[in-house]
Amino acid sequence: MATVIIPTPLRKFTNNTAKLDISAGTVEEALLDLSANYPDLKKHLFDEGGQIRTFLNIFIGEDDIRDLQEGKTPLQPGTVVSIVPAIAGGV
Amino acid sequence: MLQIEPNIEQLMLDDARQAFPDECCGFLFGKEEGDDRLLTDIMVVNNSKEGDKRRRFEIAPRDYLKAERYAEKTGQTLLAVYHSHPSHPAIPSEHDRVAAQPFFSYIIVSVQNGKIDHTRSWRLNDNQQFEEEIINELVVDEG
Repeated sequence: MATVIIPTPLRKFTNNTAKLDISAGTVEEALLDLSANYPDLKKHLFDEGGQIRTFLNIFIGEDDIRDLQEGKTPLQPGTVVSIVPAIAGGV
Repeated sequence: MLQIEPNIEQLMLDDARQAFPDECCGFLFGKEEGDDRLLTDIMVVNNSKEGDKRRRFEIAPRDYLKAERYAEKTGQTLLAVYHSHPSHPAIPSEHDRVAAQPFFSYIIVSVQNGKIDHTRSWRLNDNQQFEEEIINELVVDEG
């Protein structure tokens, strides 16, 4: 079981649950599993092409999955996966 | 309706003034009751945008993680993101809108000629459009 931490702005799609235990082999599988259980969450995780959204960062512990194996990064029991929305903007 | 404790608001405005002509950014924490939000804590964050910080801001993912962990540790809710618009009104731009998250209050501080001009707050609706959220001035009881 890996634990996925849902960021505050997306908790309204998970019945205000902040941490979810998920049995999945990879990061991508974990996010797909989440989307299946919480359909309103899906569009905030994946773009229309089925890729993990650009405006989303996924961390395994302290590491960005872009520095690991991206969506194929394997999950071990006890792994903590943090979903981190990009915060940006300007005039 | 949104309320910000005066000392917290002052720290946010100081950040906007000091960052001018660049954009500043940070997080605000507090509690929510129904549609009312009271902001009682602040985390000033470095504008990590590589490039023109006068027109863009970006918060590093690790700073975001730090804010979420701080909220959990202190029993508060991460409710708002603030940033400044140097020499522009406090109206969200298209850059603000496309990157915006649901739920968060997006507080924008307009800074003109290095001085605070005005502050407004915005939240995304279900159609991914910003709607203004009224900021109610907190009256400090000095009695």
